[in-house]
Amino acid sequence: MQYAAPETGQQAAQLLAEGTGISRVLAGGTDILVQMKAGMIEPDLLVDIKNIKGIRDITPEDGGFRIGAAVSGAELNEHAGVCAMWPGVAEAFDLIGSTQVQGRCTLAGNLCNASPAADSVPAIVAAGAIARITGPNGDRDCPVGDIPIAPGKTSLAKGEFVSSILLPARPANASDAYLRFIPRTEMDIAVCSVGVSLTLDASGICTHARVALGAVAPTVLLVEDAANALIGSKLDDAALAALGAACTAACKPINDKRGTIAFREDVTAVLAKRAAGIAQQRAGGPL
Amino acid sequence: MSKLHITTSINGDQTEFLCNSDESLLDVLRDRLHLTGAKEGCGSGDCGACSVTLNGRLVCSCLVLAAETEGAEIATIEGMADGEKLHPLQRKFLEHAALQCGVCTPGILVAAKALLEKNPDPTETELRYWLAGNLCRCTGYDKIINAVMDAAAEMRGA
Amino acid sequence: MALDEYQKRDFKIIGTTPVRPDGVDKVTGRAQYGADFYLPGMLVGKMLRSPHAHARIKSIDVSAAKALPGVKAVVTGADFPATAKGDTLDVQEHCLANGVALYDGHAVAAVAAVDANVAKQALKLIKVDYEILPHVTNIEDAIKPDAPIVQAGRRGRHVPEGYSDNCTGWCEFGHGDLEAGFAKADKIITRTFKTSSTHQGYIEPNACLANMGADGRADMWCCTQGHFQVRNLCAQIMDMDQSALRVTASEIGGGFGGKTTVFIEPVALLLSQKAGLPVKLVMTRDEVFKASGPTVASMTDVRIGMTNDGKITAGDALIRYEGGAWPNSTIFPGAQSAFASYDLEAVRAQGLNTLTNRPLQAAYRAPGAPQSTYAVEAVVDELCEVLGLDPIDVRLKNAAQKGTKSSYGPTYDDIGLIQLLEAAKAHPHYSAPLGPNQGRGISNGFWFNFGGETSVSLALNFDGTITLVEGNPDIGGSRAAMSMMAAEELGIAYEKVRTIVADTASLGHNEVTHGSRVTFAVGLATIKAARAAKAEMCRRAAKIWGIDADAVVWEDGFAKPAGANAGEHDPMPIEKIAADSPRTGGPIVGHHEVTADGAGVSFGVHICDIEVDPETGFTKVLRYTVLQDAGKAIHPDYVEGQMQGGAVQGIGWALNEEYIYGEDGRLQNAGFLDYRIPVASDLPKIDTVILEIPNPGHPYGVRGVGETGIVPPLAAISNAMSRTIGVRMAELPMSPPRVLKAIKEKG
Ligand SMILES: Cc1cc2nc3c(=O)[nH]c(=O)nc-3n(C[C@H](O)[C@H](O)[C@H](O)COP(=O)(O)OP(=O)(O)OC[C@H]3O[C@@H](n4cnc5c(N)ncnc54)[C@H](O)[C@@H]3O)c2cc1C
Ligand code: FES
Ligand code: FES
Repeated sequence: MQYAAPETGQQAAQLLAEGTGISRVLAGGTDILVQMKAGMIEPDLLVDIKNIKGIRDITPEDGGFRIGAAVSGAELNEHAGVCAMWPGVAEAFDLIGSTQVQGRCTLAGNLCNASPAADSVPAIVAAGAIARITGPNGDRDCPVGDIPIAPGKTSLAKGEFVSSILLPARPANASDAYLRFIPRTEMDIAVCSVGVSLTLDASGICTHARVALGAVAPTVLLVEDAANALIGSKLDDAALAALGAACTAACKPINDKRGTIAFREDVTAVLAKRAAGIAQQRAGGPL
Repeated sequence: MSKLHITTSINGDQTEFLCNSDESLLDVLRDRLHLTGAKEGCGSGDCGACSVTLNGRLVCSCLVLAAETEGAEIATIEGMADGEKLHPLQRKFLEHAALQCGVCTPGILVAAKALLEKNPDPTETELRYWLAGNLCRCTGYDKIINAVMDAAAEMRGA
Repeated sequence: MALDEYQKRDFKIIGTTPVRPDGVDKVTGRAQYGADFYLPGMLVGKMLRSPHAHARIKSIDVSAAKALPGVKAVVTGADFPATAKGDTLDVQEHCLANGVALYDGHAVAAVAAVDANVAKQALKLIKVDYEILPHVTNIEDAIKPDAPIVQAGRRGRHVPEGYSDNCTGWCEFGHGDLEAGFAKADKIITRTFKTSSTHQGYIEPNACLANMGADGRADMWCCTQGHFQVRNLCAQIMDMDQSALRVTASEIGGGFGGKTTVFIEPVALLLSQKAGLPVKLVMTRDEVFKASGPTVASMTDVRIGMTNDGKITAGDALIRYEGGAWPNSTIFPGAQSAFASYDLEAVRAQGLNTLTNRPLQAAYRAPGAPQSTYAVEAVVDELCEVLGLDPIDVRLKNAAQKGTKSSYGPTYDDIGLIQLLEAAKAHPHYSAPLGPNQGRGISNGFWFNFGGETSVSLALNFDGTITLVEGNPDIGGSRAAMSMMAAEELGIAYEKVRTIVADTASLGHNEVTHGSRVTFAVGLATIKAARAAKAEMCRRAAKIWGIDADAVVWEDGFAKPAGANAGEHDPMPIEKIAADSPRTGGPIVGHHEVTADGAGVSFGVHICDIEVDPETGFTKVLRYTVLQDAGKAIHPDYVEGQMQGGAVQGIGWALNEEYIYGEDGRLQNAGFLDYRIPVASDLPKIDTVILEIPNPGHPYGVRGVGETGIVPPLAAISNAMSRTIGVRMAELPMSPPRVLKAIKEKG
């Protein structure tokens, strides 16, 4: 296996484009090293992107924040600006792994690993985040939700990688929240999860919402019916019940070692209601 | 296949080694440098027995490629005591009987030290969550928590 | 009175909490564990494992692997000398398959190569042609008459009709007239309980380094609970003299029963023999889960009758265990311990063992007892609930005590169950208020404890310090305990004793560190070795003083003239006796060899509060108290540590830990991510109360404390769950999907 640590995005894209055999990006390594150790993947080339200039930066942009692809969970959660604007994204990212994993793991890695249970993905999908993709022919932007297309598979072309993720600006009276279910308090992969981002008007009525579900389908689901259940309401019991029902209906879970179909359907609804309540409160709504 | 030549600082000492591109930092520490204080409990980031700090961040050395450590500063359990003077955490672990078999101990000490550097006055809950990636099967964690809290108090001069 | 009988006395050192002698090494990273040994020229060993639950190995072609540059040896099961028999042959075949792969992960070949990469490549070049056979991995199916047969010819002699040939063992214990007993009951409850297979979960994977010379002599370093056992098993499997193999135990990173046998050690020896070089073999975590020795899964029927005022009139249990692809005898302690906490007129416990296509189970802390106790204690609790009785009062009313004929035969000597129950009832935890969605459970637990072959040597150095040589690996502070007992007995400072764990060439046989035996049995031998040394030191002083040896006594580190000679000479310190020893007869060594019995049984009572999220089934343990009888706590911190560690393993077992096999018979969760042992943030503080009801069979009253702590938690948590959610759950683990299902079904 060859290891390369280029200093520019162009060089990285070039290396990935020219690599024969299996080429992979190395960010925090907390997925790929585990997969290599288990013999699930044997890359011929690893392109470590952490030495690319600027890729570890968090930069304000258009009222939002651009998160470099090599920013670790620990670094993001030390950034007061991001945590204040996108608390749900920050908490979702923070839930990944242990303190040790937090020292290494990245948002882009979580996204591009394309696990249906990835914790940060429902949160960034709900946030409407945009990935910047660098390739041999330059950069392009793409909604983060379009990147994972199946478990372990992404829409990225050969030579392309995610160089940063933009968390957009948000209006006043808006916030987000993320909840997952795990059997322990830490160190587990989500059995099901929900990210909710919403905006309230001055009277506390929800004017905009995005609801994304994790671990209940091959990829993260953005559920429009769930968002519609919230929009126009003050998140009263009826709206929350409709939200839960929409989430349960949207789930396409499987029975596996982490949970059953029935459990995922039920608990997704529970988490959606609780996450919506937290987001509402953060957005300045009633307690 | 030719090996990579890496220069790092380990516990303050400049260290050079040769390694394969797919070797982990843990493999190099143990099998090439014979710094066996970091343990391999799982090799997959789940147990924390291999904890070290890399440029000041707590990481699992089994999830870092040795190739990535060029120019890095690494601290391991072997560098925790100052000569024969134990670090307060090490002393408190002994006083509180915070180890039974002791195989998790190096990783937990490294992790606890990293916490106290960031947060000298953690609550017990913060400490328990910080250490969630360090598995201990012998103690039930009770005496570990007591030892770290007591060391933190002593280090604060309380 | 025999010396090993308990004598009440005041202690100076016993009961204090000095720093353990191996402590500094273990907090600085200097201590050497199984994988921390290196030798010049050392090779790396790796194993090839079957991906099938059950398959005949039609052929194995290792030629390409052998031809790979850097590969120094390739072996299969056929390379072992065909001399092992009986249980040892089973152990050998578990290490390396012989013609049939019996479970997912069963090793079929091994290689030794110059480095790990070459070894990995070599494994890929080995071609195995498998013929897949039908498999069975759970008890219900394995015992059915038409079940796929794991190994033919293993049916146990006493197994009743109607069970498949997978059933290798049957046992029955008890006394009294059951039906008469049930006839007296006002309420009878019958239920079936299931527990999943769990793993000891030691953090250090099994590891060894073997070095065999062309002369057939060998050295080995490994992490084990008993290096004498490793030596004996390896010598039998390799057809060597026991003296030809010297085994040194490394520091051990947890065992809990799982490191009482061998999984890789004979293979490392075989590879070293073929290669003529040292070979290090270390299991990966995946291999540890798949191919070491997890504990039995169980399915238990329990029927208990009780009067309206809480008297148990009869108890009956049928305990079925599966223990992997070879016979095992965990049903014996399982059946024996099921009702051991109770004084019953009519009781019966039957045990049935079945084979399955899983790894050969090894001991796990009080093997067999947590599963059977869970079932009995859950039914007792349900009876209490149904009859509106306090669960501690009912246990007190029926508690075994001195003179009780136990459910497994013997009559109890001094035991502490009643004191424990009274202490539990008086504990503030038992009467603390509970909030919504919260519940409290309690449970008894019992464990036998064990003694066994023990050999200890205690040398007086010329400066008056002591080197104590024992032969049991120190898993959790036993060097400290031995140093304390030697210092106490000799009347010298704790720091003056250095205890080392010797290799197999330096002492007589020492039974494995199991059965909570070490502080009891090695402690007993240490005390006796110290007494032998004291007697010799008195003789030496007598010689110097020119008086009768009988006229010298030992007090606080000094020889003193006694009787008629009292006061005639100044007390002679140990340092002087030691310094003079070359001129008074030579070096002074006390030693003791024994097959220790008299390990007092031990009881525990646990109280546990939980809170359940009614919408997700998530369970949080809020408060946990362990009360246990230690006989005498030599080093109370390490006694508490055993109680806490056992309780937390039990919490994991009750709530989340399980081996999950797929339809294909393959293990799906061979890693710490999905085999969920408790992490620090899952747990509350674990409170402990140590009671000391002396064991009459030990000079200081010591009882084993290592295992009892894992017996009550399964039932304590299950009982708390039932009282929280209002449904009796009868299957472990009580993972969130199962809890939520139970809540929903209740409506
Ligand atoms: C102990 C442990 C616990 C964990 N717990 C969780 C958890 O709770 N929740 C969770 O969601 N995950 C968890 N994970 C998985 C993992 O930590 C996360 O998915 C993490 O975010 C991956 O980021 P990384 O930078 O380490 O990825 P890497 O391992 O570096 O990369 C992952 C994959 O994405 C590709 N990739 C990485 N960066 C890019 C990029 N910029 N552009 C294109 N492709 C890229 C890589 O080639 C690789 O295929 C856990 C892992 C471990 C070891
Ligand atoms: S060995 Fe690195 S986390 Fe377990
Ligand atoms: S002391 Fe043994 S694993 Fe922690």
